[in-house]
Amino acid sequence: MQMTLLLTKTNKTMLKYIKGNLENIDGVEMYPIISLLIFFVFFATLFWWVFTAKKTHFTEVSNIPFDDDTVTIKDIEL
Amino acid sequence: MELQKFYYDNKIVRKFIVATMFWGIIGMSIGLLLAFMFLFPNLTDGISWLSFGRLRPLHTNAVIFAFVGNAIFAGVYYSTQRLLKARMWKDWLSNLNFWGWQAIIVGAAITLPLGYTSSKEYAELEWPFDIAIALIWVSFGANLIGAILKRRQRHLYVAIWFYLATFVTVAVLHIVNSMAIPVAVLKSYSMYAGVQDALVQWWYGHNAVAFFLTTPFLGLMYYFVPKAANRPIYSYRLSIVHFWSLIFIYIWAGPHHLLYSTLPDWAQNLGVAFSIMLLAPSWGGMINGLLTLRGAWDKVRTDPVLKFMVVAITGYGMATFEGPMLSLKNVNAIAHFSDWVIAHVHVGALAWNGFLTFGMIYWMVPKLFKTKLWSIKLANVHFWVGTLGIILYALPMYVAGFVQASMWKQFNPDGTLTYGNFLETVSAIIPMYWMRAIGGSMFIVGALIGVYNIIMTARDGSKVTDELAEAAPLQQVTKKRTKKEGYHTWLERRPVRLTLFATIVILIGGIVQIVPSLIVDDYVPIISSVKPYTPLELEGRDIYIREGCVSCHSQMVRPFRSEVERYGEYSKAGEYVYDHPFLWGSKRTGPDLMRIGGKYSDNWHLNHFYDPQSTSSGSIMPSYKWLINNKLDKGDTEDKMNAMVTLGVPYTEKDIANAQKWMDEQGTQIEKNLYNDPDFAKIYEANKKYAEENGEEFIEMRNREITAIIAYLQRLGTDIKIKNANDPIVNEN
Repeated sequence: MQMTLLLTKTNKTMLKYIKGNLENIDGVEMYPIISLLIFFVFFATLFWWVFTAKKTHFTEVSNIPFDDDTVTIKDIEL
Repeated sequence: MELQKFYYDNKIVRKFIVATMFWGIIGMSIGLLLAFMFLFPNLTDGISWLSFGRLRPLHTNAVIFAFVGNAIFAGVYYSTQRLLKARMWKDWLSNLNFWGWQAIIVGAAITLPLGYTSSKEYAELEWPFDIAIALIWVSFGANLIGAILKRRQRHLYVAIWFYLATFVTVAVLHIVNSMAIPVAVLKSYSMYAGVQDALVQWWYGHNAVAFFLTTPFLGLMYYFVPKAANRPIYSYRLSIVHFWSLIFIYIWAGPHHLLYSTLPDWAQNLGVAFSIMLLAPSWGGMINGLLTLRGAWDKVRTDPVLKFMVVAITGYGMATFEGPMLSLKNVNAIAHFSDWVIAHVHVGALAWNGFLTFGMIYWMVPKLFKTKLWSIKLANVHFWVGTLGIILYALPMYVAGFVQASMWKQFNPDGTLTYGNFLETVSAIIPMYWMRAIGGSMFIVGALIGVYNIIMTARDGSKVTDELAEAAPLQQVTKKRTKKEGYHTWLERRPVRLTLFATIVILIGGIVQIVPSLIVDDYVPIISSVKPYTPLELEGRDIYIREGCVSCHSQMVRPFRSEVERYGEYSKAGEYVYDHPFLWGSKRTGPDLMRIGGKYSDNWHLNHFYDPQSTSSGSIMPSYKWLINNKLDKGDTEDKMNAMVTLGVPYTEKDIANAQKWMDEQGTQIEKNLYNDPDFAKIYEANKKYAEENGEEFIEMRNREITAIIAYLQRLGTDIKIKNANDPIVNEN
């Protein structure tokens, strides 16, 4: 309500009906900062995981689909 | 180490394959019927349950949830058991999953043509079905997670992560978007209104594409492409990056369906930014799939399974390149509401989903029936007919979309619209609709050839039985063995944690979008002249929803010169605050109706509904004769108004108590207006007299459905016409 009042005072054109609908949410400026942080941390961690994992592990895991119908006692060693 | 004997459940896979083929043919055939309705609009004249607006949701639902849905289950049930070296958790859950899903589809096939719809795209089914879908979906998830917990393979292969993410996200999307207040057994109103409903709906709609048509199929790709090519996936590293970045980014991109609408700018731009980013993981996945065939390209020449898969992955690459492009505002301004979008979705559905399904079935069926494919030649014929069908479908639709959108925007030097009559822009693309119908026919012919080939293969083979397998049970993980493992390796051993992380990842984007949209309500500037619909208009709106008018008509004038010139003042968020559900639409086969109110007389509307071609020569709108004869059901009106009150629509108790009287008055006024046309008066009076003389029941015009829908149409978009923009009353809060 605070915002609509504010707009009535400052902006009397029809533009007010489509512009800046959310600018007055309390603390809205934190949104982009938090989002960026989450984003950065997410991808930094992801690439860290992927590039520190061992190649032998990947070779083994990517062969799982071929390990189904043959009877085997091989348990994947880590 | 002692080996455990167990059986893979093949029978459930066979059931799902049969259902996939059956519903595939049904869903595609309905699509073809719809394609021909563009050319012969009165093909099913007078049959309400075969009208375009009612069949369109049946086509989309049948293809997405019946054809693709059953294909997902078939592939997931086949690959999961083998990747985990375990049978599915419980047989009864598998069967509940199968029969429950088919029952829902049958329910959809009955209720959608009868007009029971929520009108929200790909979520049209009414609330009892929504509950059933949630239950059956959970039974699928329980079965999957149960199987994972009793697995004999330590690490979860990447396909399984995609399945898990699919299960979790679809559940979240379905539940949030289906929130509604029931008013009758098969009627409900969306909990959200206007802008908020649009935001939630397209958060759902976009992610239904992501998590129903994409992630499960990527999982299937990661299993079936290596199997068919007989070599492991090109890069497992890439698949990890692909998985996490895809599920993380996808969920943010929904608002790109609402560019230039009254959605707040920040949300539109957020949607655009994330849509562009999506290109990276999508193409990472595509490249990973295609490069798996490195060194096996000679096989692609001879093996129809691989041919189908290559075209499928290429289609995925094309559609996911186009998606981000379409989300750019300048491209979207042209493509949105036009046939361009129809081309885009069919590249995805026909190539990516359709062809991967066919490839998968051609690979699985000979294995299940312990035989060879009946005819490789016929499979090749299917491939070529289908591929040509896709091209012949998509290309003309791109042209149609571009041509029509350009015509909509064309101005004369004097500032008037070059094609002021919407119909001119429709007539111009009829040849494209012909080509589309031919392309679609070819795709179905291909599919029928495929079904025939599969049936013959099954007949040649032996009975499908559960398959015996042997594997050692999982051993306790010791400290020594895990000493040097990386974090992701650790995570791959922990399905519950993996699921939890995947959930958190999709919820981040979800929350960033949904929380502001839940409070956006309070921030939509109030326009005081916007009032709730009268009871008769509310009933009319429900008929508009029932007939699926939203399939072809938008209610959203974008702030472009060309649209303001053609339709009138552009839409404001505040105009939709009482719209449960929103009816902005996504396609303009006919013109926008946001400002239709007061544009034509009541008689014009009546004549137009009776015979659209009589008022608008060359129109491709079908006739809606039954609206003119049907008696309006006013039995639930008070309940409907009460439901609206619960949702925050300010009807007073007096309004509700007087609803019947109010409807009668407004109906009588429309009836009176209709008498302005002497032809109407003559025919109507004659009918009345005939009924009286023969002792038949006669329904007064004011009590018929047509009156309600005219009342609604005449109201549309008029609330802000009353006062001019700078009038102080408009700005009062």
